[in-house]
Amino acid sequence: MSTTTDRAQLPGQAAAPSVPVIHVHVPPHSIFSELRAMRIVWRRDLIRFVNDRIRMMATLVQPLLFLFVLGSGLQQLSSASTHGVNLKTFIYPGILCISVMFTAMFSAASIVWDREFGFLREMLVAPIRRSSIVIGKCFGGATVACTQGVIMILLAPLVGVPYSVQLIVGIFALQLLLAFTITAFGVMIAVRIKQMQAFFGVMQMIVMPMFFISGALFPVANLPGWLTFLNRIDPLTYAVDPMKKLVFSNINVPAAARHVLDPGVSWFGWHVPALVEVAVVLAIGLICLGVAIWEFSSTE
Amino acid sequence: MTSGNGSRPTAIDVRGLVKNYGEVEAVKGVEFEVATGEVFGFLGPNGAGKTTTINMLCTLVTPTAGSAKVAGHDVVHERDDVRRNIGLVFQDPTLDNYLTAVQNLRLHAELYGLQRDLVAPRMRQVLEMVGLWERKDSPVGTYSGGMRRRLEIARGMMHSPRVLFLDEPTIGLDPQTRRSIWSYIAELKEREDITIFMTTHYMDEAEWCDRIAIMDNGEIVALDAPDTLKAEVGTDRVVIHTDDNEVAIAALQERFGVEARTAEGAVMFGVPGGEEFVPRLFAEWDPALPPIKAVSVSRPTLDDVFMSYTGTTIRDAEEDAGKNRNRMMMQMMHGGRR
Repeated sequence: MSTTTDRAQLPGQAAAPSVPVIHVHVPPHSIFSELRAMRIVWRRDLIRFVNDRIRMMATLVQPLLFLFVLGSGLQQLSSASTHGVNLKTFIYPGILCISVMFTAMFSAASIVWDREFGFLREMLVAPIRRSSIVIGKCFGGATVACTQGVIMILLAPLVGVPYSVQLIVGIFALQLLLAFTITAFGVMIAVRIKQMQAFFGVMQMIVMPMFFISGALFPVANLPGWLTFLNRIDPLTYAVDPMKKLVFSNINVPAAARHVLDPGVSWFGWHVPALVEVAVVLAIGLICLGVAIWEFSSTE
Repeated sequence: MTSGNGSRPTAIDVRGLVKNYGEVEAVKGVEFEVATGEVFGFLGPNGAGKTTTINMLCTLVTPTAGSAKVAGHDVVHERDDVRRNIGLVFQDPTLDNYLTAVQNLRLHAELYGLQRDLVAPRMRQVLEMVGLWERKDSPVGTYSGGMRRRLEIARGMMHSPRVLFLDEPTIGLDPQTRRSIWSYIAELKEREDITIFMTTHYMDEAEWCDRIAIMDNGEIVALDAPDTLKAEVGTDRVVIHTDDNEVAIAALQERFGVEARTAEGAVMFGVPGGEEFVPRLFAEWDPALPPIKAVSVSRPTLDDVFMSYTGTTIRDAEEDAGKNRNRMMMQMMHGGRR
């Protein structure tokens, strides 16, 4: 390394640098610059995820526990009421949903993490809209969650669900949508929270009930009134139900069994079509995104 | 270093800037101008309002009143234009420790939308400038405190800002690392023709600045070149140690007509011609008074400048400010923010 500081010959003149200084130029704000900002926020999430093997494993453990331990364990109790359908097969659609849900929540948590460790500031002072940061973050969370989701999709034959193009594409699309919505939801909460512990507390308080109430582990017809009510207002219900329809249409089960296990969600007796359910999830995601952007733009 | 840059364009222009947090007035209407190419320092104890001022200039905090222009743009109405033209190095680290130096800089380049073909050469230039080129592919988490600070400076320079803000650039670093940071900053200034605005509470570091503003309690109490400020003090500093400071202060007042005060546990006062004063002091010191155990005489330093304007040393001021800051934090947490 050279430490030569070549002084200028003429007094009062600035020293001439040995190498010409490269002057870059920050362009004025444009759609293009916002897209670049979004893309790098998204990419950072991916880079960090790929580097973080432990997190990758950790977020897989929970869905696998539910699927194989709970699924196999409770099988003995439930074989009569599942009409011969394996319990693992029955809860598989629900597990597909929660696997992306946990990962997406983790991704949203990184906003709190970034605030605690200062990096958020680097993004906040850049000449970009806050919305670009939030959108980049939501897509980052969705992408990361979906790579996890793919692993869960690959497990299908292990729980008696054969591969098919329609199944794989359908599950992937649903997971992507759900992951986006959950990340947006998580970011909306994360923006307000300053400490990691607090975020995980809130997450436990919201995510676990959402998961249990959603019908991921039980059919949603003939429930007690209060549970039916809670189930219908749980956003996750509308991701789990189309997932169930998708999986059940791909396996051979008696009509009676399907009627019991995949009764579908109804509103005051009206059978809600899968497309409407998907629209509900999308709408919730967009609303959360909007709120997150609004909150994020008005802090500091 | 004296620079006669009176006619150069203004890089920072601050008019009556005020920031209140609830009832606490953090910054009470400061005014100053910084010329292009200048190294301008904000000197003061923690809690004097330096960081709040810098945050207003960086568009991170909205002023309660007053206005400021940085690189020709208003910090409230032209935020994005200000941000495009400034580089920031914060007091607290803001690097992503899981990414490498290159990844951190690339992220910065993308956030600022730099021309793609210039990103790699510029990155190399700033990394070489701070001596981190060899370590460019190591995760930042493996860096020492000094290296991180250097990387932050490199990142702050990445987009060729016109004004670089450094908030306590050497805080928490050992003396040797502090010196090296300063030589990097000096080289930077020489090469990039940039205006540097920095805050510090290290008196010796303020000597690096072309001009300094002394800030105390949210106000600027003095503003000039360090040498000019020191010359204005006009007296040498004498410190004496006795067993009873109160009695000694009274005796000094009565017999020598000297206004003394306690600072950091000793008796301190300023007199013109300190060396000549000391023999006289001992000759005329009443044996009945508590004996003088030690005495020291020093030329005016920025510490004395600070003392002459605020009536306290910067370290004592810091202890007081600590209490103030706690109050401010409470205010900020309860309501205060929008």
